[in-house]
Amino acid sequence: MELSRRETLALGLGAAVLALVPFRANAAAEDAIAAFTGGADMADGGVTLTAPEIAENGNTVPIEVSAPGATSILIVAAGNPEPGVATFNFGPLAAEQAASTRIRLAGTQDVVAVAKMADSSFAKASATVKVTIGGCGG
Amino acid sequence: MASGVKPRVKVPKKAAAGETITIKTLISHKMESGQRKDKEGNIIPRSIINRFTCEFNGELVVDVTLEPAISTNPYFQFEANVPESGDFVFTWYDDDGSVYDTRKSIEVA
Repeated sequence: MELSRRETLALGLGAAVLALVPFRANAAAEDAIAAFTGGADMADGGVTLTAPEIAENGNTVPIEVSAPGATSILIVAAGNPEPGVATFNFGPLAAEQAASTRIRLAGTQDVVAVAKMADSSFAKASATVKVTIGGCGG
Repeated sequence: MASGVKPRVKVPKKAAAGETITIKTLISHKMESGQRKDKEGNIIPRSIINRFTCEFNGELVVDVTLEPAISTNPYFQFEANVPESGDFVFTWYDDDGSVYDTRKSIEVA
């Protein structure tokens, strides 16, 4: 197949766009967040996401989320094959809207926490974790 | 069916009324993500715990939805209020339909 000048340019442009979107999974992560918020705006602040800056082993990355006054918190790892990580729903006896757990990360990426507040507003926090060894096997 | 599933929970035995207590839970489970492949290159089917709940005297403390990105042997730590003496009930729901539960009682002085 011979490429015309126009097609070559179009290909180059396509490649540049692909490079700007490092993981296709980003879109999936945005979808997951949109499904949680219903497309509502998210404020910054109000949520604290504690994650290590560098995780040697992507199989167990300790994280902690805290969002005072939240009814639920969604955690999303944008660079994983499946972006969803966990959703915490807090009941009336939860003393603090905070929890910690251990998660798997496939590689260096941003982990995002979205909290749904009692007045159904949303807040968001994210943390970048560098992963030395990915946690997805294969 | 995941074998050797054993829940472990740490709850203080006593607390003062209205005190905030820290609860730590861990359940031994492989949490097969459905992403890994075996030696022949076949995908190992997903087998995880997909939900965890903690209740105190029938009132909800926390209800967690788990995805494959939760590590092997899922661990959770959270804070709870204890208004009176009673039982904590911890329940884990497996993909295969099994339900594992354990209870811990606490005395409020």
